Amino acid sequence: MLRTRVIPCLLLRNESLVKTVQFGKFTYIGDPCNTVRIFNELEVDELMFLDITASSEKRPPNIKVLSDIANECFMPLSYGGGVKSLEMAKSVFEIGVEKIVLNTQAITNPELITEIASVYGNQSVVVSIDVKKNMFGKYTVWSHAGKRRHHLELVEWAKKVELLGAGEILLTSIDREGTWIGYDTELTRIVADSVTIPVVANGGAGTVSHLKEAVVAGGASAVALGSMVVFQKKGMGVLVNVPDQVNWD
Amino acid sequence: MITVVDYGLGNLGSIENMLKRINVPVNVTSNLSEIKKASKLLLPGVGKFDAAMNRINDSGLRDVLDEKALNEKIPVLGICLGMQLLTCSSEEGGVPGLGWIKATTKKFPVFGDLKVPHMGWNVVDVSNDNVLIQSLPKDSRFYFVHSYCVHVHDSKHSILKTKYGIEFDSAVGHGNVFGTQFHPEKSHKFGMQLLRNFASI
Repeated sequence: MLRTRVIPCLLLRNESLVKTVQFGKFTYIGDPCNTVRIFNELEVDELMFLDITASSEKRPPNIKVLSDIANECFMPLSYGGGVKSLEMAKSVFEIGVEKIVLNTQAITNPELITEIASVYGNQSVVVSIDVKKNMFGKYTVWSHAGKRRHHLELVEWAKKVELLGAGEILLTSIDREGTWIGYDTELTRIVADSVTIPVVANGGAGTVSHLKEAVVAGGASAVALGSMVVFQKKGMGVLVNVPDQVNWD
Repeated sequence: MITVVDYGLGNLGSIENMLKRINVPVNVTSNLSEIKKASKLLLPGVGKFDAAMNRINDSGLRDVLDEKALNEKIPVLGICLGMQLLTCSSEEGGVPGLGWIKATTKKFPVFGDLKVPHMGWNVVDVSNDNVLIQSLPKDSRFYFVHSYCVHVHDSKHSILKTKYGIEFDSAVGHGNVFGTQFHPEKSHKFGMQLLRNFASI
C-alpha cells in the first residue's frame, strides 16, 4: 500500500530559508542546501520549496539556488514561486525538479496549468490554494502569498484546477500556518471530497496526531509540514528534524 | 558510462545528479552520433506518451534506439514514462510504443478512495529475480508518480510488482532491456542500489 506522504514544505526568501506565521513574521532558518542534506539523511518522502516573495516581487525562479537544492535532493522535489510560462517551467524541470507549484499564476493565468500539464503530465503540476476564513466563517481564496483576495468559490476553484490538468492540490490554511494548533480538517475535507486528485494538507501541523487527523478526518492524501520540521518545539530554536513514524491505522 | 537519452521531455537533472553521486560517468545527450556510440542507455521520461513517441520517431532517434537495443543488445533502462515507451502501446495515446517488451500500458482503474495519479512511496514484490534488483533491502520502497501502468504479456518479463488498487508490473526486464515504473533517482538508497546494479551490468 501507498505510504501517506509527509512533506517538509520549506519557504525561500531570496536565498535563505525562512519560516512564517500566518504568511507573515519571517524567521530565518538557514541555508537551503544544508537543510536538504539533512532531509536526505532523514530519508524524507518528498520536499517542497516555495519562493514566497517571487510573485510579489515579480521575480523569476532563482535557478542557481534551485540547482544547488536539486543536486542534493534524492527524493521528489516540488518548487513554486514566480513560474509564469512554459519556458520557465521547462528550465525548472530541467535541473531536476519533479513538480511545479502554481498559486498566483494559476489564478491569473489558469491556461498555464493546462500548458504545463499537456507537456509534462498532470502529475507535474501542483496547484496551491491558499485559503482564509472570513469573518462570516466562509472560506476565501488568496494569491500573492496571501496578499490578494480573489472572488473564487473554493470548491468550484478546486474542481476547476483539476479539470485544467492539475495533478495535485496543495491546500494551505493561512489562518493555521505556523501556529502549531493543527490542520483545518474541515477545510481539507471539503476540498478532498470535491476532487479526485490528491489533496496535500498544509498549515498548522504541531504534533504527529495532527498529521493523522488531516488524513483520517480531513481526507488528505498527504501532509505538508513547516514549523514542525524546522523548529525544535513551538517558540524554540531551529532544529531540522522529521516527526516520528506516524501510525496511520 | 551511461548515456541518458535527452529527447526533450525527461527529468534529466535528477538522474544525472544521482548517477554522479554514485560515481557513474554519465552523458546526457540528444546527439545521435553520441547515442550511436553508447554502451548503456537510459531512457528517462516525464510527460505524455504520444508526445514522447512522436519526438523519438520524428528526430531520427527511433532507428538508432532500435539498433542499439535490438541488434547491439546493449543494456537499456527505461524509467517511468521511459518504461512505458518500451511497451507496445498505451491507453494514454494512439502512437505505438517501441515494443521492445511485450506489454501494454493501461490507465489505472478508479477504485473507491484511491486517487490517480498513483503518487508516493510504495513497496514492491519480487516476481522474477534479476540482476537489476540484487542486494536490495527487503523493506525497499520506491517513489512512484504515474497515471498509467504496465502489464506484461508474459509473466517472465516482470521483475517487480506493486499493488495500488490493482497489481501492475513496477519493474520489467527482457534480456538487455529493463524498465522501472518508479523513479530510482528519487528513491533514496533503494534507488541508488538499483542504479548501481544497472551500472554494473
